[in-house]
Amino acid sequence: MKKTLTLLAALAGTTFWTTAALAQDELNALVWCDHTDDALIKPFEEAHNVKVNLKEYEGTGQALSILAQSKPGDWDVLVIDGIDVRRAVEANILAPLPTDQLPYDTMFPEMVMADQQVIDGKTYAISEKFGYNTVSFNSDTVKATDMADMTKLWSGDFKGRIAVYDYYLPVIGMVAMGLGMKTADLTLADLPKIEDALMKLKDSAASVGEVVSSQTALATGAVDILFGGGEWVTAGLHAENPNLDWIMPEQGAVRWSQSIGVVAGAKHPDMALEFVKYILSPEGQARLATSSCYWGMPTNKAAGDVLTADQKVALRWDDQPSYLARAQLYPAPDAALDQAMQDMWTRFLAH
Amino acid sequence: MSRALGIEARDRRRAMLLTAPALVWTLVFFVLPFALMAAISLWQATATGMIRTWSLDNYTAFFTRPAYLGAALNSIEITVTVTVLSVLLAYPMAWIIAEEVPRRYQRLALTLAVIPFWTSYIVRSYAWSLVLSRKGVVNDWLAGWGLPLLDLANSRAAVVIGFTHFFTMLLVLTIYASLVQLPPNLRRAAADLGAGPVAIFRHVVLPLTLPGVMVGAFLTFALCIGDYVTPQILGGGKDLALPQLVMLQVGRRADLPMASALSIVLMALVTLAYLAMARWMKEPGK
Repeated sequence: MKKTLTLLAALAGTTFWTTAALAQDELNALVWCDHTDDALIKPFEEAHNVKVNLKEYEGTGQALSILAQSKPGDWDVLVIDGIDVRRAVEANILAPLPTDQLPYDTMFPEMVMADQQVIDGKTYAISEKFGYNTVSFNSDTVKATDMADMTKLWSGDFKGRIAVYDYYLPVIGMVAMGLGMKTADLTLADLPKIEDALMKLKDSAASVGEVVSSQTALATGAVDILFGGGEWVTAGLHAENPNLDWIMPEQGAVRWSQSIGVVAGAKHPDMALEFVKYILSPEGQARLATSSCYWGMPTNKAAGDVLTADQKVALRWDDQPSYLARAQLYPAPDAALDQAMQDMWTRFLAH
Repeated sequence: MSRALGIEARDRRRAMLLTAPALVWTLVFFVLPFALMAAISLWQATATGMIRTWSLDNYTAFFTRPAYLGAALNSIEITVTVTVLSVLLAYPMAWIIAEEVPRRYQRLALTLAVIPFWTSYIVRSYAWSLVLSRKGVVNDWLAGWGLPLLDLANSRAAVVIGFTHFFTMLLVLTIYASLVQLPPNLRRAAADLGAGPVAIFRHVVLPLTLPGVMVGAFLTFALCIGDYVTPQILGGGKDLALPQLVMLQVGRRADLPMASALSIVLMALVTLAYLAMARWMKEPGK
């Protein structure tokens, strides 16, 4: 009898637990690696009694493939490269956002990015984090003054000591800026000159790699310089490796940004909007800015009240006005130019 | 006569019934996906998806873009080097285990040989990248002896070392299996007929163990040429290999038709390797 009661109690407990688990809402988000930090996600899950299922991806192409292979409603939230928002809207991936519920009044004005995010009067995404693709280096082995001129990096002076971040848009943008071009004005006619410099850069490169391998190469001393790096590489490592530094060369740097939006046809659009609002809140922004995968500037200036003094120093909070003025956006090529740039990047990788 | 035919028909039905699960499995998980991939390779990518018009454009692009052909050539060079090196290292190792290690310790020796398989593939690749890095174990040792340092990390050499370490273990297993199945009387008979150790190895042992060597070599070729992780971690982006080119199409360009076409090319290379090796995979005399 006692055994039967115990069994019934256990069964009841299991049933209760299962029902409770089923009652909990779920939110499916397709994100970059910085969103997978528990310190960022747990507070939202607890506050809204929701389980956030995160799938990490790299590169908009991969996200589009995942979405194309999913059923409508599979995904609620999408984090996407700032310059690819328009591409996602054209593919009917994003739903309009209620702008009156989002903190545009406290955002860095440069990060509102209406050109990319507002289409036919509707806003489809909001910038959540930004930074710079520039030059990271080991100050023990390289002088900051030597990094001030970007063209030195493909001059051969640092042969075998450079890692290149494997993302065609920022690196092509940086090389173009190094050659005195504007990223917004690039045309097919500019590519031969850029390719020439790119190939020289490859001749000097010890490696070409994505986020983690780029960070590892610099942190382990495999290379001294990371072309395409920036605070997103060094800020998180600064406490352990204070010798890792970054600089914006005199030619400037490319500004990266990531945006967040609600997926069209989402199963949980209200919760998805709550998630977007949380990410844009001062607390969410501070946690996202200092996420374990990589650091970056929050787009909402109100996060400055939550970040610690040390974190703001590592992010170079006070230098942002100057950086923002000198940085240019990623190149935003049309389909033909994009194809040509990707072909050029393939040749660069194969070189 | 009719009874014999009845038994034959029943046996055939039974055989079909027994092989049906394997056939269905192959159909569902290989033939259909492969047919779909082949079909997609003939479509075209657009900014937002694919258009289903049939053309050989993706294959033409592969053969006319030097970077794409170069990637295929890199993959072949790396794979052939790894396969040859792995065979050259694995054969003596398998020989030592089969012939020199006492029978009761052979299982332990084999276990020790395959222990690297127990670690994660990615962890093993990162471990090699640290060992070969500028401040890694190899260069520390060279510096200790006052020797010039080597730039091994982020290179094709690093990829070949990482692959060879892995596949040598695989080949040891297949070659060992061939060696222990070899009847000792054959070697004794050859010796009785006046053959020396080299002649016995060349004319008796090697031909009879060649099927095991070739099976392992083919597995090495097939696994190595399709591997994305090792070249990505150990190659440092210095050489573009075919699997990386496939990933570029999927991850960056969302060009599934081109990725499918490149995958078909990859499969064609593996098929060619199989055809080249198949004649040696059969047991001698069969």
